[in-house]
Amino acid sequence: MATVDLAATPASGKPNRLISFLRRNVPLSVAFGLLWLAAMVLTAVFADYIRPFNITAMDLGSRLSAPGGLKHLLGTDELGRDVLSRLIQSIRVSLVIAFGATILSALFGTLLGFLAARFRGFVEHLVLMLADFQAALPFLIMSLAVLAFFGSSMLLLVCLMGFYGWERYARIARGLAISAGAQGYAAAVVQLGATPSRVYLHHILPNVASTLIVSMTLTFPEIILMESGLSFLGLGVQPPETSLGNMVGFGREYLTRAPWIMLAPAAVIMLTTLSISLVGDWLRDKLDPTIR
Amino acid sequence: MIRFVLVRLFRALLTIMAVVTFAFVVLRMSGDPATVMLGPDVPKEAVDAFRKAWGLDQPLWIQYLAYIKSIFTGDFGVSMRDKASALNLVLERVPATLQLTIPALILKLIFGIPSGVYAALHRQSFSDRGVILLAVLGFTIPSFVMGLLLVLIFSVILGWLPSGGQDTWMHGILPTLTMSIGGIGILARFSRSAMIEVMGQPYIRTASAKGLTWRDVVWNHALPNAAVPIVTIVGFMVGSLIAGAVVVESIFSWPGIGRLLVVSVTNRDLAVVQCILLIIAVAMVLSNLVVDLLYGWLDPRLRSHAAGH
Repeated sequence: MATVDLAATPASGKPNRLISFLRRNVPLSVAFGLLWLAAMVLTAVFADYIRPFNITAMDLGSRLSAPGGLKHLLGTDELGRDVLSRLIQSIRVSLVIAFGATILSALFGTLLGFLAARFRGFVEHLVLMLADFQAALPFLIMSLAVLAFFGSSMLLLVCLMGFYGWERYARIARGLAISAGAQGYAAAVVQLGATPSRVYLHHILPNVASTLIVSMTLTFPEIILMESGLSFLGLGVQPPETSLGNMVGFGREYLTRAPWIMLAPAAVIMLTTLSISLVGDWLRDKLDPTIR
Repeated sequence: MIRFVLVRLFRALLTIMAVVTFAFVVLRMSGDPATVMLGPDVPKEAVDAFRKAWGLDQPLWIQYLAYIKSIFTGDFGVSMRDKASALNLVLERVPATLQLTIPALILKLIFGIPSGVYAALHRQSFSDRGVILLAVLGFTIPSFVMGLLLVLIFSVILGWLPSGGQDTWMHGILPTLTMSIGGIGILARFSRSAMIEVMGQPYIRTASAKGLTWRDVVWNHALPNAAVPIVTIVGFMVGSLIAGAVVVESIFSWPGIGRLLVVSVTNRDLAVVQCILLIIAVAMVLSNLVVDLLYGWLDPRLRSHAAGH
């Protein structure tokens, strides 16, 4: 996210030089991705201020009205609720879930990976076996099973999504920590008497952070797709709350009469995941030392 | 080689046991089966009798062993809705799912791998850029959006194809297309990057330098080496033949495993859900096992390394 701010805020002084610098170093597609993501983040943050209507406010006089009207820019749904307002709120909910879950799974996975690297032996085998287990069961199926047993709630959904992709971080963190342990710098601080937690958090973590951040950009769109898939099936975010997948799911019933209900959130999902992939690929080329 | 196979078999078995344990733990954590089955207002004697009849008064580890025993004897419990055996209910649906997923897999293979390889051999060309663009789109368009867009175009606007159901072969076209488009993109991207990496290796230069034809270099030197990463992703696709159609079956009301799973989850029909869970896990583990063994066959270096690990 830091990169979004960097690109979006012009540096003080010579804007022309900055623009030409960006044009030389940032491909057009990546610039588009960054702009779109910045717009999405701003939408999520200021959702309460830019939303023209309440998401449950019904305008029964103009149900299923087509987009382009002055009052309802993106049209209305079957209850006369404003599609634009619901879209803005959906962007917020989906982004918050995806963001929270990405952080959770990065923390959890990195921690397990470091533990495996630190203790080796039994702990390492346990972590690797858990990773195998995760790989054996498609995540969508596992989530469906858990939701079947416990019912759906927002907290459960975020926690569940927080398990998405942890095994990827765990494998990366373990591998990198083991190879870092073999390099001079980690051994040097151990010799100086640093505690294990200091070695891992202050010395190894900064050195492997770029690779972990790159895999976060891979996980983030996948979590958005997973959450919207679950919500589409009616098992994720529950009404009256709304999310992008949930909107597509309900819009599907009006596909013939009012395709805009479903097309607007679908376009947002596609553009967002596309932007993150473009930016993520670019970041990987810039940051990841392992592919140079 | 035997040691390698045994190690892999043991790990596969361990993973399946982990899934069985997961199903057991989640099943027990989600509430006391006695109160779930009998309701909250039954007298205590009835609850006790029920618990005794179903073995719920035993210590947890005995329940766990009994659970494992019933799983391995093929007893997955009874569906709460239909009062039929959960296993039969699930197995009935398998053919319908395979009717969609196997043609989709074939489409993925015959379009994905060649286009990725072609793009890698003609880098920076127009067709390379086209393949990259399609691959990225295949990655980023979720299947439920793709499915609905196809319905919108081919059923609603053009009126060529039916939008749901399983009556004729025409009904299978849209779901199969929906599933294969994304997979073609993924496979093309993987094949392209695998092939590009191999083409940069010194042995390709050696092969060209000793005067082999371009055709020979590509077919006999590059492709076998690019096969390992491609086999990984294909193995994953084979493993998800049963599980991979959940969303698509829901869109097109196709009566397969995925549809059954979603309906059972909504009705909280636990016996059916855990039966599907285990069948899917076994399918995934088996295909991972086959992929591991294929690695050893494709790349002899991995054989000794993996066994030693």
